[in-house]
Amino acid sequence: MKRPRWIPEGTDQETPNVARVYDCYLGGSHNFAADREMARKAVELWPELPKIMRANRGFLRRAVQYLAERGFTRFLDIGSGIPTFGAVHEVARRIQPDARVVYVDIDPVAVAHSRLILEGDERAAVIEADMREPRALLADPAVADLLAAGEPVAVLLVAVLHFVRDEEDPVGIVRVLRDAMPPGSALVLSHASFEGRPDQAGPHQDLYARTPTPLTMRSREDVVRLFDGFELIEPGVVYLPEWRPERPESVGPHPERMTGLAGVGRLS
Amino acid sequence: MSAAPTAGHAAAQAGFEEAWARLLREGHGAAVHPGTLGRVVSRTIELLGRARDAEPFDPAPAEQAGALLVEAHFTDAAVLARAVELLLGHPAGEHAPKVAGAFASGWTVALRDRTLREQEAIRLAADLARKGAEKALYASEARFRAVFESAAIGIGIGDVNGNILAVNRALQEMFGARPQDMRDLRVPELVHPEDTPGVWEAYDDLVNGRREHFQFDKPYYRRAGGVIWTHLTVSLIRDEEGVPRYQVAMLEDITDRHRLQERLRFQATHDPLTGLPNRAEFFERLERIFDSPEPGARFGLCSVDLDGFKAINDSLGHETGDQLLAAVAERLASTVAPLGHLVARLGGDEFVVLLESCLGHQESVAVAKTVLDALSQPFLIGDQKLAVRASVGVLERPVAATTPGAAMRAADLTLYRAKKEGRGRWTLFDPKRNAVAVSRYAMSVRMPMALDRGEFFIDYQPLCSLRDGSLAAVEALVRWRHPELGVLGPDEFVATAEETGLIIPLGRWVLEQACDQAARWARRFGPGTPKMNVNLAVRQARNAALVSDVDRVLRGTGLDPSGLQLEITESAVLGPRDHALQAMHALVDMGVSLTVDDFGTGWSNLAYLRDLPVSGLKIAGSFISDVHDRPSPHDGGDGELLGWRIVSGLVSLAHTLGLTVTAEGVETAADAERLRAMGCDWAQGWYYGRPTRPEEITRRIAEGLGDPRVRRA
Repeated sequence: MKRPRWIPEGTDQETPNVARVYDCYLGGSHNFAADREMARKAVELWPELPKIMRANRGFLRRAVQYLAERGFTRFLDIGSGIPTFGAVHEVARRIQPDARVVYVDIDPVAVAHSRLILEGDERAAVIEADMREPRALLADPAVADLLAAGEPVAVLLVAVLHFVRDEEDPVGIVRVLRDAMPPGSALVLSHASFEGRPDQAGPHQDLYARTPTPLTMRSREDVVRLFDGFELIEPGVVYLPEWRPERPESVGPHPERMTGLAGVGRLS
Repeated sequence: MSAAPTAGHAAAQAGFEEAWARLLREGHGAAVHPGTLGRVVSRTIELLGRARDAEPFDPAPAEQAGALLVEAHFTDAAVLARAVELLLGHPAGEHAPKVAGAFASGWTVALRDRTLREQEAIRLAADLARKGAEKALYASEARFRAVFESAAIGIGIGDVNGNILAVNRALQEMFGARPQDMRDLRVPELVHPEDTPGVWEAYDDLVNGRREHFQFDKPYYRRAGGVIWTHLTVSLIRDEEGVPRYQVAMLEDITDRHRLQERLRFQATHDPLTGLPNRAEFFERLERIFDSPEPGARFGLCSVDLDGFKAINDSLGHETGDQLLAAVAERLASTVAPLGHLVARLGGDEFVVLLESCLGHQESVAVAKTVLDALSQPFLIGDQKLAVRASVGVLERPVAATTPGAAMRAADLTLYRAKKEGRGRWTLFDPKRNAVAVSRYAMSVRMPMALDRGEFFIDYQPLCSLRDGSLAAVEALVRWRHPELGVLGPDEFVATAEETGLIIPLGRWVLEQACDQAARWARRFGPGTPKMNVNLAVRQARNAALVSDVDRVLRGTGLDPSGLQLEITESAVLGPRDHALQAMHALVDMGVSLTVDDFGTGWSNLAYLRDLPVSGLKIAGSFISDVHDRPSPHDGGDGELLGWRIVSGLVSLAHTLGLTVTAEGVETAADAERLRAMGCDWAQGWYYGRPTRPEEITRRIAEGLGDPRVRRA
């Protein structure tokens, strides 16, 4: 039996929290001093981090747009964090005004914040769950309803699986989710990788090792394996800016410096 | 400068717009959709153009442009710096500094608003999350509180100093106490005399962090009086740093179970008739003394046996006998137990007093005297006054000097001596005598000399016909008048004699004496003379000179061979090929008869009864005494009936083989009658006379086979 969490992660303002640090990178103010301190140190080590985060945000936006344009109206965003800007429901509804979105995060503050923003939105739900227990996640009524047979669902695991350690079996987690997805569904995934900047990977992982959510960077091979059972959409697993850019110049001269790998796969 | 557009102005404006669009694109990268970004670019350019062109100068559009950028998430100060730079560098901008200032102001105000708004939002979210967590915690606490309060098991929480902080309702009820009563208590005060050894050491280890939990069955005094037995589990609670903080005790009421266990244990360890500890309990307590004795520790044993109890049992009945035993037990318990000693009943009329610690033999002797005194007053059973005497064997030894088994044997030996020395008395264990008695070496050294010095003599015990009570035979029983040990029976030295080989000369001497006596009786009394039974030890039976020895003795004494009956044991002849068998046949051919002694105690191979030329067998005395001792007072006749059936079976078996049957160990008229009824031929035992001097036998023969049941010492 899991020990009950009497003091949930993230309500403690003295400890940096992944979702709020991410908000910090994106220039938001949904964060506390400890989060900003953590972000400052990270950026000092790796000045391109804010750009990488924006590139990741750009990938999320393009992938959601891409799927919405192809008729997707159901989105499950796991590890949604604080919806700073370009939240999934905003992006999707520009194309599919009736799009339904379920946001999932482990951080109760991010969840509370998301609920404040989405109050009164009947087509959006926010649940607190731990993706490392995918069966419990899938059992949530909001998630179960979204995944009910009928329409394909876009499941987003954007910049979240690198917070799952190898011993927590990320491949297994994706497999459980995959088995619950209706036919034709899609997996949107991005993942921190040391492929582009092996020099940065170590210190960066060390920094996160001090937080409740340590970071595990993975190789392209590892990331491709997460798509087992999915058919990768062109161009496959690539650096963040390389995934279906709207303008060639937005890729930039060094896409590998945006050291995250991204891809979208579909279930046949 | 006029506001009218010029070609140069247009070119400058185009350059600005391009730089502006690039700035915003780079600011966000691809995070924002290009279309959205395009709309922000054109809208801000339009607002900034308006600001530039307005006369008089109006800061509002420029401020609006700044706010618009913040709204579109351009919150990076570097973007602001670059934007101000571009605005100041606008070639056509008479108002350029003002425009830049207004833009920066608008941007700043908007960012400040946004920052405050977001901070408020995130704090509100954090607050909500914490409240949610607290609510969950409160709900969880409430659930635990409910579990704590309504649990059927008693739960108490204390600190590591033993102060009781909280107890639940079940625990209050178990202790029959109010909450404030419990809070005034400290855990270490909850001592009970029956606490399991080690429970407080375990407690001490727990509160000092040396162990995490312990379990014991533990009694507690109830506030309202009485005792509650609990199954206690105590766990240690540590804080986040691992420092011991609290102890949680869970108590299950096991009083009923404990009482049942106690009763079962009592039943298992006590004699149902007298309520005294039984043999098992006695030996457990005796062995415990030897577990880990203090150096120099001593203990005492008084082995108590009632004199003549069997006669009371037989004449007055088992019920009276049982009542007498219960009365004896009660008297022993009331006089000896208060001295702190254990009184147990080992079985039958055997009791024992165990002095678990003893200062010296005076103390043990004092107990023995107390026992004899206690039993000196007659017992009133029903309307009969019964006088009982007892013999006591007293043993007092250092624990280190012996073992439980040896101590018990020595006490029995001492009792036996007390009995032999005249009953109704105590005898103190004498280590020297005991050592001599048990040392075959010591005896074997003395034995050859003893034979020369004439220390051996022979008693004769009657074997009577069950048909008419006439004296049919006598058994020659050798005695050793040992200068230190007193008179020893064959049981005490024949085995040693066998081992050392002295049995051959000794046996020869016995044969000579017995045959000489028999020949003299034959000469005096003629045909009415009883046969002479002489025991033949195994080694004698296997001695090559046996046949010639017997022949020589018969010739020498003039005894007719038909007057001699040799008693052999089952182990004397091992099989048909045994050369001892030939000797047996030779003896029978000579006219001597053979009888199997102690039948039923050896390997009882029935086949050899056929092969051996025997004419009689003697049923071991233990068969007859077992008939009485085996059955408990409750299953009465059944065990006794079975015992008699076995005897009866032996009798008819012997008769089938044409053998004369002698029952040994016959002690009562009732037994004799019963044996007679089943057709047993002869009987031997105290009822018919104990081993006695030859003069007494002579008198009995002379009295013309008078009443054989006259019992004289």
